[in-house]
Amino acid sequence: MTDSPFEHHEYDVLIIGAGGAGLRAAIEAKRRGLKVALVTKSLLGKAHTVMAEGGIAAAMGNVQSEDNWMVHFRDTMRGGKYLNNYRMAELHAKESPDRVLELEQWGALFDRTKDGKILQRDFGGHRYARLAHVGDRTGLELIRTLQQKVVSMNVDVFMECKVLKLVHDQEGRIAGCVGYWRASGEFVTFQAKSVILATGGIGKSWKFTSNSWESTGDGHAMALWAGAKLIDMECVQFHPTGMVWPLSVRGLLVTEGVRGDGGVLRNSLGERFMFNYVAPMFRDETADSEEEADKWYDDHDAGRRPPELLPRDEVARAINTEVKAGRGTPHGGVYLDIATRRTPEFIRRRLPSMYHQFMELAGVDITREAMEIGPTCHYMMGGVQVDADSEATIVPGLFAAGEVAGGMHGANRLGGNSLSDLIVFGRRAGLGAADYVEAGHAATTFNQGEVDDAVHEALAPFDRASGENPYDIQRDLQDMMQTNVGIIRNASELDAAIHKLDEFTERVKNVSVKGGRAYNPGWNLATDLPSMISVSKCVTLGATMRKESRGGHTREDFPNPDPELAKVNFAQNSTGGNWDSPVEVVESPLLAVPAELKALLEETK
Amino acid sequence: MAVLESATKVQLGGVRGGPDEATLRQDRWWIQPVVTVSILTAFVIYSTWAAFQNKYYYVGANVHRDLVSPFYSPCLAANCVPGSKMGFALGWWTWSPALIILIVPLGFRLTCYYYRRSYYRAFWWSPPSCAVADAHGSYSGETRFPLLMQNAHRYFFFLGLILNVLLSYDAIRAFRQPGLGWGVTVGTVVLVVNAGLLWLYSVSCHSCRHLCGGQVRSFKEHPLRYRFWKFVTPLNAKHMNFAWASLIFVALTDVYVRLVASGALTDYKIF
Amino acid sequence: MADVTMRVWRGDASGGDFESFTLALNEGEVVLDLIHRIQATEAPDLACRWNCKAGKCGSCSAEINGKPRLMCMTRMDTLPEGAVTVTPMKAFPVIRDLVTDVTFNYVQAAKVPAFLPPPMPEGGYRMFQEDVERGQEFRKCIECFMCQDVCHVIRDHEENKTHYAGPRFFIRYAELEMHPLDQNDRRDLIREEMGLGYCNITKCCTEVCPEHIKITDNAIIPLKERIVDAHYDPVAWLGRKIRRKTKTSAAAAAVQPAP
Repeated sequence: MTDSPFEHHEYDVLIIGAGGAGLRAAIEAKRRGLKVALVTKSLLGKAHTVMAEGGIAAAMGNVQSEDNWMVHFRDTMRGGKYLNNYRMAELHAKESPDRVLELEQWGALFDRTKDGKILQRDFGGHRYARLAHVGDRTGLELIRTLQQKVVSMNVDVFMECKVLKLVHDQEGRIAGCVGYWRASGEFVTFQAKSVILATGGIGKSWKFTSNSWESTGDGHAMALWAGAKLIDMECVQFHPTGMVWPLSVRGLLVTEGVRGDGGVLRNSLGERFMFNYVAPMFRDETADSEEEADKWYDDHDAGRRPPELLPRDEVARAINTEVKAGRGTPHGGVYLDIATRRTPEFIRRRLPSMYHQFMELAGVDITREAMEIGPTCHYMMGGVQVDADSEATIVPGLFAAGEVAGGMHGANRLGGNSLSDLIVFGRRAGLGAADYVEAGHAATTFNQGEVDDAVHEALAPFDRASGENPYDIQRDLQDMMQTNVGIIRNASELDAAIHKLDEFTERVKNVSVKGGRAYNPGWNLATDLPSMISVSKCVTLGATMRKESRGGHTREDFPNPDPELAKVNFAQNSTGGNWDSPVEVVESPLLAVPAELKALLEETK
Repeated sequence: MAVLESATKVQLGGVRGGPDEATLRQDRWWIQPVVTVSILTAFVIYSTWAAFQNKYYYVGANVHRDLVSPFYSPCLAANCVPGSKMGFALGWWTWSPALIILIVPLGFRLTCYYYRRSYYRAFWWSPPSCAVADAHGSYSGETRFPLLMQNAHRYFFFLGLILNVLLSYDAIRAFRQPGLGWGVTVGTVVLVVNAGLLWLYSVSCHSCRHLCGGQVRSFKEHPLRYRFWKFVTPLNAKHMNFAWASLIFVALTDVYVRLVASGALTDYKIF
Repeated sequence: MADVTMRVWRGDASGGDFESFTLALNEGEVVLDLIHRIQATEAPDLACRWNCKAGKCGSCSAEINGKPRLMCMTRMDTLPEGAVTVTPMKAFPVIRDLVTDVTFNYVQAAKVPAFLPPPMPEGGYRMFQEDVERGQEFRKCIECFMCQDVCHVIRDHEENKTHYAGPRFFIRYAELEMHPLDQNDRRDLIREEMGLGYCNITKCCTEVCPEHIKITDNAIIPLKERIVDAHYDPVAWLGRKIRRKTKTSAAAAAVQPAP
């Protein structure tokens, strides 16, 4: 088919990324009898999905029978400050219960209720106990279940293979991708009739992050370069509870389950300060005294929800304010206390990984002492703009699902909605890609020129004897993004960031690497830097454009939401298709919510 | 690395990294095997000597006691010391009666999952300790005779239970003080503790845990077996402790009875 | 704080040796922090595998002072004074420096006959906490493959890799065998092809498990006992004959499609 000088493979559906969304997409496409491959930057089963702790949100109503998809839909839209793609939120709320039950057919073992159903736990922003979970390692359960299913279906898996760039055919349809094996440094091309991006997030561009090294925004960037649009890039979620000490683990996630199971936030004066930060939108359903909040844990009908369980953006901002006001802990966080509220046995049973994480890494026994925590960069709400039903992008043959896709979560994601997002839209992406392939309009040619350019660019750092160390650039970028495009933003810092990102672009063009191509982390990082710079630019541009505060995006200079801006997403597209090409930002109107769904939102607004 | 539909065969012979040394461990990993070898060797030497001695294993009515060494109980040979006999006797047996009955605890402990771990490590060096190279060129584990016989553990467990019943009976008998009535002596306490430890060792056995309930697929459908299993499981976690405690104490029990029977010691009467 | 010396093995299939790096140590740091600092400064091409740096993904397995450990969960202040030795996992072929080729484990994973439940009733399966708990312990496994690495059956006897699945997969088989809904019987397979009999229960897998899974006591020994039930116990055999309990054999079940 092609005269590629590199190792070459051909597939019907190629999935980049083997986290929850990628694996779920592979299962669906393989079921259709297509030739399917998964490509992953790490080993199979190591994707960032394993880090998800709390649970999978699905309105099954196993614990509180009042729950249903309509309440879940409403919670998701409210949590997202109505910036969501309503259709995605609707599909997500309707389909997630079936997706969770399906996992049990493939061997997942969730915690149970007394009558043998899947147990569900409380989480921030969810009106009812809704998170199916396994202790505090739900993400691991999800990925292992899907991984074992994929393996049993004989899907081809290419591990430790970094994809550099998507490749088109002559008509501009997606025709595959080019990448290299980390182990050998040899290039490899995949020709595919359709490509599903499932590459996860972008958190590695910040200094304090709960994300792993993989979260460099490769999928966001490749989609942008390939001609797709990115939306809501300014909406980055800072999780309220990351570890702050020791420095070595700063940013490491502390599950929201701690608060769901009774943990409370206190400042250095010992005050449960969250009571002072209840926004008007949530006042009706949030307790206004400690007594009322404490009653709720035992009997959800006896009181309203404690303010610690407000959506993440609200809690993260509150913590940030407390620390800035000088009421923080010695290491610049606040206290998360479950030790004085629950028995050691309860804590060890419900939160085993948190117990070990603090014991082994910080020397803190959470059954006796409070944890020191602070906000950490956690999740990217923004991403590739897709059709809600098929996850198709505007580039024919290109699909996106999971964190890399935008729209589902609006301006802020509720805890637990990410794992359900993965399986609901992973499946739909698999279906969408399979439908596209079967419709017979897929690419048949493969633009070797794009491959050659990508290869040339990837190898360039070896030729620069006196260039800059990629690690220095990465560290400076992380520092800069943390300072200028962090949890609270303003115009002057954002302008400075745009200017600095231009400097970073020049520095990346002068990066140099030592050693050979075989398993060379320095080189691997050098090939990640273009994506990191690209997505950092998009985040900064989006943040500049959105002159209001909404969800994960907070502007010091525009502290309130602007009703006009609630009607648009900012969509960005690359003007040249290269990583250093200028990016254009346009207003993209939100889909109009149909009347019957609108009624759901207005009911309790 | 690629896992393709076709790639389901293990490739052998890859070059390994790291220096070619038996171990890079710097801690004192050899202490555990040394301790194991010392204790087990001492026990084997003592018990062999004690088993072949064929005397001083019973303290009888002449000193108002009824104490029998666990090494010789049940005493099944015709040549057993009067008073120590258990119902019937194997008339043709002329060696030490200990040799008949010691087969049971020997077999039980040899096939025990915990002792297997210990002696494979300490005596067979397979491996001497974790991440320390195996001392053997080839290895077939427990897949062939004679080690295939380890699978008979549960039968020794059953025989061990019978023996425990008999030793418990001995412990009850030890409350008798012939000619004086009933009471408690140091010997009584020793025999009771010995029987107790042997019960704990047996009940905490892995085979026991499996047979109690571990073998069922659904606990919900077998609530009674689940309760047994729940009872046995925490004991099983202490199987190692019970293994050592009961081993050492059974030898001490024999030592005590032997000292009293030989007249070197008087069994102190508590009440 | 004081400086520390890291002796890191560097090399590939053509050979290698230790390289020493001396660097400052900060409070609370783990071995992986120091490896990262070496990468960022002196040796950007020092190969090591890692992802989450939180003990959740099981990528950064290596041997620290001769013992398999996760680099991200080994605090420097828990190690004895003196140079710290870091080497790649010994049981697997080296790719470069601290990175090994763990394909063996993925091949073993592909051999596991899939979970086979009965058709799902309306509203989902009913299972009970006491029944899922045994399996949940094994599903804590993060696939760091250190149990595979430390197991002398393959660590010291490469040839056994063709007929020995290793502790990681014994807990997988145990999980499936103890799953309240699974209808496969994999006992023949475990004995004949996965080589359970090669395990001599020396418990090193349990000692190195970062998730504290009781691999030997809760998975391997129960599996050995189940195989005794199936093969070495005439009483159990007779019981089965009388009750005519039939189960799908693994060979037959393996070809049945899971849902």
